Amino acid sequence: MAAPEASSAAVPTLMTNNTLRNAFGGVLSFFILLLIGVLAFSIRLFSVIKYESVIHEFDPYFNYRVTQFLTKNGIYEFWNWFDDRTWYPLGRVIGGTVYPGLTLTAGTIWWLLNSLNIPLSVETVCVFTAPIFSAFASWATYLLTKEVKGAGAGLTAAVLLAMVPSYISRSVAGSYDNEAVAIFALIFTFYLYIKTLNTGSLFYATLNSIAYFYMVCSWGGYTFIINLIPMHVLLCIVTGRYSSRLYIAYAPLVVLGTLLAALVPVVGFNAVMTSEHFASFLVFIIIHVVALVYYIKGILSPKMFKVAVTLVISAGLAVCCAVIAVLIALVASSPTKGWSGRSLSLLDPTYASKYIPIIASVSEHQPPTWPSYFMDINVLAFLVPAGIIACFLPLSDASSFVVLYIATSVYFSGVMVRLMLVLAPAACITSGIALSQAFDVFTRSIKFQLPGLSSNTEVDAGETSSATKEAQNDAVKTEKAEETSKDRPSRKSKKKEREHVEKPSTKTKAEKKRLLALPLEASVISLLLLVFLGAFYVVHCVWAAAEAYSAPSIVLTSHSHDGLHVFDDFREAYAWLRHNTDVDDKVASWWDYGYQTTAMANRTVIVDNNTWNNTHIATVGTAMSSPEKAAWEIFHSLDVKYILVVFGGLVGYPSDDINKFLWMVRIGGGVFPHIKEPDYLRDGQYRIDSQATPTMLNCLMYKLSYYRFVETDGKGFDRVRRTEIGKKYFKLTHFEEVFTTHHWMVRIYKLKPQKNRIRGKTKKSKSKTSSTSSSKRSERGLFRHGNVFGGKEAQNQFCISSILGLVPCATTGPPKRQI
Amino acid sequence: MEGPIRAREALALTLFSLLFFLSRSSALHDLLISNAERRIDLSSHIVKVYLTLKVENAGSSPASEVVLAFPPSQVDHLATVEALATKGKRKKTTFVRLEVKPTELPDAPNDTKYFTIYLANPLNSAESITLEVLYMLTHSLEPFPAEIGQSESQLVYYRDSALVLSPYHIKQQTTFIKTPSTKVDSFTRVEPTNRAGTEIKYGPYEDHTPYSFSAILVHFENNSPFAVVEELVREVEISHWGNLQVTEQYKLVHAGARHKGVFSRVDYQSKPSFNGVSSFRYLLARLPPRVHSVYYRDEIGNISSSHLRTDSRKSELEIEPRYPLFGGWKATFVIGYGLPLQDFLFESSEDRRYVNFTFGCPLMETVVDKLTIKVVLPEGSKDPSAVVPFPVDQHLETKYSYLDVVGRTVVVLEKKNVVPGHNSHFQVYYTFKPIFMLAEPLMLASAFFLFFVACIAYLHIDLSIRK
Repeated sequence: MAAPEASSAAVPTLMTNNTLRNAFGGVLSFFILLLIGVLAFSIRLFSVIKYESVIHEFDPYFNYRVTQFLTKNGIYEFWNWFDDRTWYPLGRVIGGTVYPGLTLTAGTIWWLLNSLNIPLSVETVCVFTAPIFSAFASWATYLLTKEVKGAGAGLTAAVLLAMVPSYISRSVAGSYDNEAVAIFALIFTFYLYIKTLNTGSLFYATLNSIAYFYMVCSWGGYTFIINLIPMHVLLCIVTGRYSSRLYIAYAPLVVLGTLLAALVPVVGFNAVMTSEHFASFLVFIIIHVVALVYYIKGILSPKMFKVAVTLVISAGLAVCCAVIAVLIALVASSPTKGWSGRSLSLLDPTYASKYIPIIASVSEHQPPTWPSYFMDINVLAFLVPAGIIACFLPLSDASSFVVLYIATSVYFSGVMVRLMLVLAPAACITSGIALSQAFDVFTRSIKFQLPGLSSNTEVDAGETSSATKEAQNDAVKTEKAEETSKDRPSRKSKKKEREHVEKPSTKTKAEKKRLLALPLEASVISLLLLVFLGAFYVVHCVWAAAEAYSAPSIVLTSHSHDGLHVFDDFREAYAWLRHNTDVDDKVASWWDYGYQTTAMANRTVIVDNNTWNNTHIATVGTAMSSPEKAAWEIFHSLDVKYILVVFGGLVGYPSDDINKFLWMVRIGGGVFPHIKEPDYLRDGQYRIDSQATPTMLNCLMYKLSYYRFVETDGKGFDRVRRTEIGKKYFKLTHFEEVFTTHHWMVRIYKLKPQKNRIRGKTKKSKSKTSSTSSSKRSERGLFRHGNVFGGKEAQNQFCISSILGLVPCATTGPPKRQI
Repeated sequence: MEGPIRAREALALTLFSLLFFLSRSSALHDLLISNAERRIDLSSHIVKVYLTLKVENAGSSPASEVVLAFPPSQVDHLATVEALATKGKRKKTTFVRLEVKPTELPDAPNDTKYFTIYLANPLNSAESITLEVLYMLTHSLEPFPAEIGQSESQLVYYRDSALVLSPYHIKQQTTFIKTPSTKVDSFTRVEPTNRAGTEIKYGPYEDHTPYSFSAILVHFENNSPFAVVEELVREVEISHWGNLQVTEQYKLVHAGARHKGVFSRVDYQSKPSFNGVSSFRYLLARLPPRVHSVYYRDEIGNISSSHLRTDSRKSELEIEPRYPLFGGWKATFVIGYGLPLQDFLFESSEDRRYVNFTFGCPLMETVVDKLTIKVVLPEGSKDPSAVVPFPVDQHLETKYSYLDVVGRTVVVLEKKNVVPGHNSHFQVYYTFKPIFMLAEPLMLASAFFLFFVACIAYLHIDLSIRK
């Protein structure tokens, strides 16, 4: 980009060298960024290559369906969309309850492509939205880190973010979820905040509000921004770093940002009425007071100022106390103290498990385990402390922000496993800073030791952050002016304003560098170790992207001795429902499968993954845990025609309905007290074998899952629970099996029509003969599937799926909704 | 079980030898059929009837047309009628394809519909000719009982006449009905009637007047897959860069006896010989040779159960819908594949080219209720015209594909009631100048060029207000 400028520059040698180096640096970093974008995009394509171009999991199916609606009916219809195919008979106002950012983004991309006559389907656009935005996110990381610690750190951080497993897990091709675009929006908003803070430009402040608006559109996690930035502002004020730049960075964001946020239907007046936003307003007041104080301090003499301070403090304190008291009273009068359940569970990690089982039941709302940190951010976990130290050398407004960001996100990630996603960018930025500073120190000391050597530092040069012109002139010009100008095209920021800002700090840094010259051997070995660490990170990330996070979860595969085996049962069942049931039939299932049923089968569901109505879910939970007759009555009253259950016992698929069943009991029992959890447990243990309680063996879920299961192998051996089932031969009186998929993973039952009271004799005798014949049949054992997930493999699958967030026994599984 | 049902027979045997001699033109009745042999093949759900007619000219003037008559109930289901004239004896027999067209005749009794066979050489008086007629009927087997359970096999009715319906006098005729298995529940007896194995023989009957009709009903087991494509849209996109892309969208239905009650997977898997015999799991599609990048999917993603076998003469794609299809169950899917262009595109004259492709459905033994073929010509092609060996509805459309500006001309051919017999070639002629191939690359190149120029310009222009 800057190349023509450089070549035309006709100035003395040193200047030419510097401009040339600038130019080369600019072009090189441009291409490195391009490659980083390509890397970020392509590492997420494993799912398409290994499986297919398909939407993944649960929530993405809903987003996909909304996008389809948007592209078909236009934006106005979308805002007014009342969806009657879900939450039957209540329905759901989609336009007012979704974060529209992702949908609008993909819809715009689709519209743009189609107006250029590039006929891509909505599905294709949706599948590739996440990888595209992760490329954007890594570029935003570059910009942010560059503002904090220079271009070298920026590039390192961008590379790290492009392949951090935590982010990959939410943004592989097909994972069409809010987080995919929200992480980009988050980082970009932070970048613009830091940029404004460094430049004091109102232009960037306005851009910052717009980026914040995009973030509000995209994800409920925007509250993180609107709390983190005030915290940082407060930190700056307290540590005496108040400046007009800080004011410009903050005040327009609050005013414009809040106004814009209120435009998003799902946020609306919450932007000024819920406690999540109060911190920003409080800091808004404080920054004005501080600004006023600084102003008055400037126009008054010190003596007069002291008088004024005592006057204002005594009067102001009284007023403040009164106002705060009123505020507290107002907030305290609301039952949840003005906080939403999810936010409260963030502040008090035990809150959800005590009061809201439906939040606690979701696996991604569990606190993470230590291995999951290693799985998700890998070596970054070790580099983060070094990065924090680097941020303190020296501490600027920008680097203090990074420190604050990492500290808060570490806390939040400790509360909920899904918030690991917020930690990942922070960890990448600090690790990028740490790595780049370390490379800087080591390469510099090698150069210091070997004045003639330059070739073997070339590799590392790309990673090295170099200081600004002054720093180089002061510190390193003497030793290496000639050879660096030729061989080592280092990156330098051309931005004058930033030089101005960091001038004093870079000088001190340069002096330190001279002192920090390490012995040659130590530097070389450390460099090698760092490269080794980086290589380990890359290997781990590629493995995570390829093996752990690419599975679309609607198609399962297993490797057996005779090759790859595909389990496409979910889509088999949904396709069957789509084509062979009436278009207005209602399908009941546990809420996990709601989004998929509406999107793939196009049938009305009772509950879905947007768990907005706890009572409705509890009704379904109660029906599933009731005996057949009671369940039939509940379902009949809801006008349900088909029941869908997921059963993994035949092939060993662990996250099936039997494993989630205790949550159904708990959630059902929370609303309908006649369902009691202890009735389903034998001595506190959840079991389905012969020791199980009669309530358990007679509940609908057990019966629908295991109906005629014993005939497959003659014993009824459940490969997930690794036991023989308790009750083997039974008949269904109120339901009939209408479809079971190839591997029995999805079973669909139909409610029988209401029965006549008189039962004929013939019927009884018939069923007797059928049961005897079935027992004969079972001896043949034609079902020698073997346990495809079995043995050690099953254990592995289990581990991976629990890392994935599909922790079986404890949870109902899927990602659900934004906090 | 197999005995004739007397009562039904009595009802069904409505013999109407209506005498319309006097009112008819003499040309029609100069001919007479000395021998008619009809073989009705009921082994699949497409009824194939092979009719061998020995036509004699008893009049004085030469006749150049032979008329076939069909009852109105059959005409709606009639997919194709072909006629061949045989020449020579025994081993030296050669066949000449004759033109067949639907015609209207005045005073048709009971809405009888006609097809006229145009003879290559007029039949002089006292000469005779042997005609081989093949016609196919779809949707002519009516499942009875109309709903069956999973373990039952499918029984169907076939209704026809024991006598060949004809406007001519038939001296001698025989009808053979071939059923798929020996399980025949019942059949109407019109003496002499014989049944041996899988064949029922009606006749020989002597000397029947024109328009003789004797309704018969055969009730038999037929478990062959009743695969019917309700709607098939085939899109053939021609790219002069060397590829022919075919996309086929299917709406498949099992048109046999409807499935009733439960579907039990355990029964279906453990006793495949007794359970779901009338259902089908696989379909075989015969694709052209050298096919590449084949895909098979539906609206919710790839369907992993398919196999492709290719050799130098043909490619066979075995597809399995997501679930086995029982009576009344439906499925939709898309098959797509690419073909090398040189196998299908030919030059006819200066700038005039034609594409030669197969009509009909690649699935074997399948009826297509409505077939739409869209031939997407490259952008910039002109004067399209289609040559199809049988009557189809044609119109033109415009389609916009990758970076099109003026759009591509699409030749749309529509036909109802298509059977495998329609898998013959058709041609679409069009004029195309090869220079149009460069339009899109040039457009892209210039767009990028302008972009870079704009970038350079931006970097060299100082837009700031103050210096």
